[in-house]
Amino acid sequence: MALAPKTHKRPLSPHLQIYRPQITSVLSISHRLTGIALYFGLLLLAAWLLTLAAYPPCFAWMQGLLKTLLGQVVLFGWAFCFFYHLLNGVRHLAWDAGAGFALPDVYRTGWAVVGGSVFLTILAYGTAAGWWVNFI
Amino acid sequence: MHDKDEKMQSAYGRIHGLGSAKDGTGHWWAQRVSAVALLGLGTWFVYAVLIFTAMEPVAARDWLAQPLNSILLALFTLTALYHGQLGLQVVIEDYVHTHARKYAALVLVQFVTYGAMAAVVYAIAKISLGV
Repeated sequence: MALAPKTHKRPLSPHLQIYRPQITSVLSISHRLTGIALYFGLLLLAAWLLTLAAYPPCFAWMQGLLKTLLGQVVLFGWAFCFFYHLLNGVRHLAWDAGAGFALPDVYRTGWAVVGGSVFLTILAYGTAAGWWVNFI
Repeated sequence: MHDKDEKMQSAYGRIHGLGSAKDGTGHWWAQRVSAVALLGLGTWFVYAVLIFTAMEPVAARDWLAQPLNSILLALFTLTALYHGQLGLQVVIEDYVHTHARKYAALVLVQFVTYGAMAAVVYAIAKISLGV
């Protein structure tokens, strides 16, 4: 049985390494990456709920873990992934309905998603952390 | 007959069940329906998190135990896990090309998802009903 030699390292046609990142491709892969991150965050949420319901000492330990710098970074990151995936998801639903395919629209809505998710993340995280308490 | 039938069908109805695997459209549709549901449920979840963080743990647990909050949290977590399973399935199918690894990964995601779903249902039931 003749197997094709696998050792040839032929160059692929123009590929990721030599492409300048474009907002379209970067936002597209970000949708997937944030989706994957959100799934793992959901598993964390499930574990957190389980300890809240049934294992008070574990719950206290988890709450302590979430208060550390690493815990806060994870929560902030998850919040960003959440808002990004939510807003960009609306964009995807609009495309599925056949709307917003013109390139200027794609750029405009793309930047709106980036700005909107940063804004909502800071708004939500800041509210939970009590950042604006002194201003109200 | 063919023409008449087509006019009575939606675009989705015409393609449902077609393709080599006969179920690609079903997957696509389920992903969209759960996405639309999550627009509302996700917005509620943000509100719930903000309420929750503003309370002491004991009061927060009581808030979660109220019927509507328990139901909405169950709907959000289960729908989100389902949506995530559908999404990870596509990612695995796109990037894992070895047959054995691909199916192992798909089964693993199924097991983990159903495990998390069971844990969430148990946790919310216990918080809400106090068993």
